[in-house]
Amino acid sequence: MEFLSYLINGISLGSVFAIIALGYTMVYGIAKMLNFAHGDVIMVGSYVVFVSVNSMELPTVVSVLLSIVVCIVLGVVIEGIAYKPLRQAPKLAVLITAIGVSYFLQNVALLIFGADTKSFQSVVKADPITFAGGQVVVSVETIVTIAACIIIVLALSYFMKHSKMGRAMLAVSEDSGAAQLMGINVNRTITVTFAIGSGLAAIAGVLLCSAYPALTPYTGSMPGIKAFVAAVFGGIGSIPGALIGGILLGIIEIMGKAYISSQLADAIVFGVLIVVLIVKPTGLLGKQIQEKV
Amino acid sequence: MKKNLLKRMMSLTMVAAMALSMAGCGGSAATEEATTSDSTASAETSEGGTFKIGGIGPTTGAVAIAGASVKAGAEIAVEEINAAGGINGMMVEMNYQDDEHDAEKAINAYNTLKDWGMQVLMGTVTSNPCIGVAPEAEADNMFLLTPCASAVECIVADNAFRVCFSDPNQGAASAQYIVDNGVADKVAVIYDSSDVYSSGIYESFAAGAAEYGVDIVETQAFTSESRTDFSVQIQKAKASGAELVYIPIYYSDATLILAEAVKQGYDARFFGCDGLDGILNVEGFDTSLAEGLMLLTPFAADATDDLTVSFVEKYMDKVGEVPNQYAADGYDAIYIIKAAAEAAGVTADMDYSTICDLMVPVMTEITVAGLTGPAMTWEASGEPNKDPKVVEIVDGAYVLMQ
Repeated sequence: MEFLSYLINGISLGSVFAIIALGYTMVYGIAKMLNFAHGDVIMVGSYVVFVSVNSMELPTVVSVLLSIVVCIVLGVVIEGIAYKPLRQAPKLAVLITAIGVSYFLQNVALLIFGADTKSFQSVVKADPITFAGGQVVVSVETIVTIAACIIIVLALSYFMKHSKMGRAMLAVSEDSGAAQLMGINVNRTITVTFAIGSGLAAIAGVLLCSAYPALTPYTGSMPGIKAFVAAVFGGIGSIPGALIGGILLGIIEIMGKAYISSQLADAIVFGVLIVVLIVKPTGLLGKQIQEKV
Repeated sequence: MKKNLLKRMMSLTMVAAMALSMAGCGGSAATEEATTSDSTASAETSEGGTFKIGGIGPTTGAVAIAGASVKAGAEIAVEEINAAGGINGMMVEMNYQDDEHDAEKAINAYNTLKDWGMQVLMGTVTSNPCIGVAPEAEADNMFLLTPCASAVECIVADNAFRVCFSDPNQGAASAQYIVDNGVADKVAVIYDSSDVYSSGIYESFAAGAAEYGVDIVETQAFTSESRTDFSVQIQKAKASGAELVYIPIYYSDATLILAEAVKQGYDARFFGCDGLDGILNVEGFDTSLAEGLMLLTPFAADATDDLTVSFVEKYMDKVGEVPNQYAADGYDAIYIIKAAAEAAGVTADMDYSTICDLMVPVMTEITVAGLTGPAMTWEASGEPNKDPKVVEIVDGAYVLMQ
């Protein structure tokens, strides 16, 4: 019975990682860059909800939508100002820029909101569901997070396969040069990718802070890094990989805490990552790509 | 193709070189500051009749409430002292720097303050940064009085003293209180193993529990990298049947633990130390979650002695909040510096090393009546002698338990 509780908690934590990982994996798969500012877009999204619910007293649904819109705009602006001019620059320059954007967002949040921990009110208000005589408790946040995760993965997969923009994204991810020759606007495709990734970040932020209600300017950074690990774990660039990687990472973290040691949880998580990468360097669902010389 | 590759390699090396040179800059600037500071310190102090106290604490960051409260409390003390004619006729000036609860930033703040002409250091507020700054202060022979850094390592040097209890003191006192007042028989512990404050208290609590006969049925830890999800820790505590969960941690993590306990329907009492002070001020926090939370603290704002009443009134005017124990520690720290400086006969033209040599021996002789203790005295080790108090949160306010 205890095991079941741990499993549910693991899947719940993992679903949050998975939604964040989806943002990483989409941007990496299509723009071939690691957007380390992704975790901080999550934080911005959470602050938008916090302010609109607490100070402006907007209804929850409106504030979540507002947060998605703000994050999309933010993502597109970041992409346009910081990353677009570096399209032809070496990978390292883009990576350093992303880290810079991450610190920039953290410090702007620090300036505006201060460093005090804000306690986030969950966006779903309902009593937890208990069964097995109160031994297993499933919070509503958990159910919503898991459901949101599944819906997003299905919707994204459908979008990538069947819409014109989705196929353009696939084409750009395969070979951006060739895609451009075929008449695909690569810049616009990448911008849309960032918009989708940032919208997902807003949703991830709301779910993260609903499940774990402490909000600071650094809230996004550690889950962001863990989600990045999840994306690599599942095979970066692969949408189902992000889902599987995220959920497995969550389960490993919780099980590691529960059955091995609560202090060693992170060592276990990253240890598993190392083992997976030794055995399967492209991640669980990653494709083997032949480098052409 | 080859040319292209060469170009890319070049730009990569350029970026690497830039990064390196920037890192180099930071390093050399810091050493420069350290070497020039001695001269500026003595030059500035010889001019006016002011006594310069440097303060360091986190006014931003995860434990910002601690640093900001110390600052406000200390400012009230400085205003009072200056209004009453200063220390030995010297006006007190305080320069308070932010360290964001980060050891490296605390050392930078320390160097900044030395350049400013600091004569004694009131800080740092939290343990980790204090452990970083203490060796610097010892090397410089700078008098150091920390208001609330409670880790043992903070004041190992002869020139370092503190206002608050040490971690071993708090841990053992908690165990004793739990036994003496029959709070609980079975206790679970959740602590932050990556934080020296939290793990220090935990170790002494475990030792104290063995000594006084508290039954620790479950011990769970977390680290600064895994402070989001507490479901396992709460579930383990619940499964162990503990009636009380001992949480020697800072308040920001405690909000998550309390919320998780409610989520899992775990009806236990929570007991913590001074790090929990400030939990009621967390924006958006449902204070009903903290109902019944007990914490060991040297200060209770609802005490009725004249000193506390007047301090609470001034603090409410200045900040608009009821002061917590950090504010009281900051206030007391300034008065302790005053008492020691007066006993030692410090004058404004002395440099910090001379002041330190004079003030250290008198610290074991003075007795200070403050907010956190009616008659505080000090050991040569730097530890204070005073009695702990326990407050409980009732209806969203701290109430002193007898």
